[in-house]
Amino acid sequence: MSLSDKELKHLARLARIHVDEDELGPLREQLTRVFQLIDALQAVDTTGIEPLSHSLSINQPLREDKVTEENLRDSYQSIAPQVEKGLYIVPKVIE
Amino acid sequence: MSSLSIKKIKQLIDSKSLTAVELASLYLQRIDQLNPELNAFITVDREKTLLQAKEVDRAIAKGDNTALMGVPLAHKDIFCAKGWLTTCGSKMLANFVAPYDAHVVEAFNHSGAVTLGKTNMDEFAMGSSNETSYFGPVKNPWHLGRVPGGSSGGSAAAVAARLAPLATATDTGGSIRQPAALCGVTGLKPTYGNVSRYGMIAYASSLDQGGLMAVSAEDVAYGLNIMVGHDERDSTSVKREVEDFTAPLNNSLKGLRIGLPEEFFKEGVDADVAQAVERAIQELEKLGAVRVPLTLPNTSLSVPVYYVLAPAEASSNLSRFDGVRYGHRTHDYRNLIELYEKTRAEGFGAEVKRRILTGTYVLSRGYYDAYYLQAQRVRRLILQDYLQAFERCDVIVGPSTPSVAFGFNEKTSDPVSMYLSDIFTISVNLAGLPGLSIPIGFGDSHLPVGLQLIGPHFSEAKLLNVAHQYQLVSDWHQQLPTGIAQV
Repeated sequence: MSLSDKELKHLARLARIHVDEDELGPLREQLTRVFQLIDALQAVDTTGIEPLSHSLSINQPLREDKVTEENLRDSYQSIAPQVEKGLYIVPKVIE
Repeated sequence: MSSLSIKKIKQLIDSKSLTAVELASLYLQRIDQLNPELNAFITVDREKTLLQAKEVDRAIAKGDNTALMGVPLAHKDIFCAKGWLTTCGSKMLANFVAPYDAHVVEAFNHSGAVTLGKTNMDEFAMGSSNETSYFGPVKNPWHLGRVPGGSSGGSAAAVAARLAPLATATDTGGSIRQPAALCGVTGLKPTYGNVSRYGMIAYASSLDQGGLMAVSAEDVAYGLNIMVGHDERDSTSVKREVEDFTAPLNNSLKGLRIGLPEEFFKEGVDADVAQAVERAIQELEKLGAVRVPLTLPNTSLSVPVYYVLAPAEASSNLSRFDGVRYGHRTHDYRNLIELYEKTRAEGFGAEVKRRILTGTYVLSRGYYDAYYLQAQRVRRLILQDYLQAFERCDVIVGPSTPSVAFGFNEKTSDPVSMYLSDIFTISVNLAGLPGLSIPIGFGDSHLPVGLQLIGPHFSEAKLLNVAHQYQLVSDWHQQLPTGIAQV
């Protein structure tokens, strides 16, 4: 499996990572090596094998639906890049 | 001061021969002397450490007696510690002061331990050499031109150079055991679910597990007593009865069945490593262990499985770094998408970007079944291999790594050659098993070699017992890096 520049740009867009034109070549090469490594899995016969997402079969614990946390907004927002009146500020999304 | 065991530290504190403040000062002084060269710590905050030590001394004066009173320890910089810079080795979090404590940090604070600082690591725990850290690589105390391993290289180097008697670490594919082996210390990755991941910055959540590094298995057992336990803030934290990991340390190894998977002894293992491992197995035989040859046929698939699953989980976990709520934000953007894309382009290093892109790829439409689901199926085959093996043996042993510590820049140009240095550790994470690396001698250039012990789920006590018995009849773990010893 190898990757075209167009595919790589699409991937970078999906991952929300800007990639400069001059980075495309080396990145494509390295990713192609990684894809070759993981392609080894294609040859394995896994007919009838259930996918394993978690090594121990643990049931998701449930708890009562009640407030357990105190309001720590000010403390959490004190490390934010930009806040105003308790709101996180981002560029305008809707004109 | 060169090397103090936890037991000795507890005696010194209990007998009032040393205060927590005096002890912390001794270690801080050693960090001052050696860290500029080793770069094992990202953050040291003398005032904060001494303040905590003073509080412990006040508690002692009041008659409090918790398990690790006054014991200094270092935390890997992946654990959030309230009021401490918590960078995860990344530019993305270079300004992030954690607003809360991770479960592990909280537990050690309650035990009376004193935080010495935050240790260096590969960025977001992605790396096997510490070279991906935004804060520069850690140097191996045994040879300053060699890597310490990774991602917990800072914790391993700190313990090896006796900058801390105990250090927390995390292991997703070998990040405790591989650096422990390369730096000649004892490192334990517990069973998945045994240590809460709350407040531990996530890389690959189905594989990440917090653990410890120390000089000896006995010291690890003291620390593990503090870390293990149910925590409802982590939905994968298991509920089990409280265990005292120090209790079985002195059990006899008579009749212990040690499994030797042929895949761990094939070509690809350097001769110096193979020889040291063979000698260690002979030592275990003298202690009463018997060899059980066996096979783990899917071992070679563990690296490919890992490099599908871990990047997939990482691409999702690291989507939280968006420049909005915390961490780095680019200065140059015209709209929201640009804010995201440039923030992440500037904040993440090359290896992190590669893994996010790999993960995005294997999860994308048309590839999900072929890569992600197929990898999860092979993951089950790997777990089954182990479960079958443990029907015939009590522990599995083999080399922790195929070679001793390699040089800087030796493997950075080809990511895959770096990935393969975790060939013996990765399958343990995929199967969720506990794994321990202990020093068993030296290979080429007088660099440490590690033996990996793998056990069934929740067999940490057994692994530590085996390691402790070995350490009673060997002194590899007590040896100090030349050059560091004199300071």
